[in-house]
Amino acid sequence: MIATLLKRDLAKFFPFAGSGAALPLIFFLAVAMLYPFAVGPDANLLGRTGGGVVWIAALLAAILPLDGLVARDIEHGVFDQLKLRGVAEEMSMAVRLLAHWLSFGPPLILATFPAAALLQLEVETLHLLLLGLLAGTPGLAAIGLIIAALTASLRAGAALSGLLLIPLALPILIFGAGALARSDDATLGFVAAISLLLVAIAPFAAGAAIRAAREG
Amino acid sequence: MQGSSPSSGAAHLSANDLACRRGDRVLFRNLNFALAPGEALHVTGANGSGKTTLIRAMAGLLSPFAGSVASEGTIGLLDERISLDPDLPLGKALAFWEQMDGCNDPSGALKALGLQALLDVPVRYLSTGQRKRAAMASLLNRAVPIWLLDEPLSGLDAAAIAQVTALIQLHIGGGGIALIASHQTLAIDGLQTLAIEEFAA
Repeated sequence: MIATLLKRDLAKFFPFAGSGAALPLIFFLAVAMLYPFAVGPDANLLGRTGGGVVWIAALLAAILPLDGLVARDIEHGVFDQLKLRGVAEEMSMAVRLLAHWLSFGPPLILATFPAAALLQLEVETLHLLLLGLLAGTPGLAAIGLIIAALTASLRAGAALSGLLLIPLALPILIFGAGALARSDDATLGFVAAISLLLVAIAPFAAGAAIRAAREG
Repeated sequence: MQGSSPSSGAAHLSANDLACRRGDRVLFRNLNFALAPGEALHVTGANGSGKTTLIRAMAGLLSPFAGSVASEGTIGLLDERISLDPDLPLGKALAFWEQMDGCNDPSGALKALGLQALLDVPVRYLSTGQRKRAAMASLLNRAVPIWLLDEPLSGLDAAAIAQVTALIQLHIGGGGIALIASHQTLAIDGLQTLAIEEFAA
């Protein structure tokens, strides 16, 4: 039953599977492509600032999939029908979190290779970026899911969720991008710790938000 | 669901001194009924009188303001939200719920509701009545004893009304329970009626 649900969620959200599911990936690459045009082809400058730009691109790309992440299924009564089949909101949100991360984290990490080439990043920076994104994207996905569930019943929910994600994602950005300057394992460990905490909270917070939306 | 009957085994569905609210307004209070296998209850009332709220409370999706609901047996819900992915062809959208319910042979339900020709059509292109029939097929595939039907006939043409009415009749004839909220008349034998406005708060 849970495997069936995960399969459905992945089919909806995986890049090039559902409608518009590849947009975050294209957006991420577009930022990496535009940045050298904006600041000029100075390899030194690009190498120094490029890592931070990749982090900002990843954070902004995390906003794009939030629109259809939860709201549409609430509107169509999918969570009601799942509840009647004994799948609690927490469980459907845990599955949704996994599907959301799988369709957003790994593709973004893969896209970091072409992005690093466009920004002329050094191998050491690329290495830290990959590890940082691996540690940080589950946290970004978890924040995104909580926000998407909380704003699902609001009319301007999609626009609001983008604004809400930015401040909440700040710790991940600070430590993730900070690791590039300090090249310190402890900093990345901190990113992973924040992510783990968020991943543990997200299904419960998002599940409660869906129940609250029903009562409203 | 909250509570359960002492006599386990046979399906049943009951409301005890139930009161429900929507926002700040209490819609009805002191509502009581009990349904045993083979019984069907038609809830009537004007728009906004609380029919949908009652159905959702009985499904356990809304918590009652006062009183309680009790049920024994699996509950199937059919309401305005058909929970079929609008982007998928009907066959695939239905297949997801068939897999969730472990239903291996959906052909009977598709035939009973005349949906075979529509399986390749994306759900978003279906008409209101076709969607309703698709949701009904999904409910049939579950083979559950308790049916909660919210406006099951709205948007249906005369032929489809006859089909759905016959299916409800068959369901209660086979020992099922049905709670039907509808402002339309239902031609079902042995149907009990509850006017929700008599319990208006």
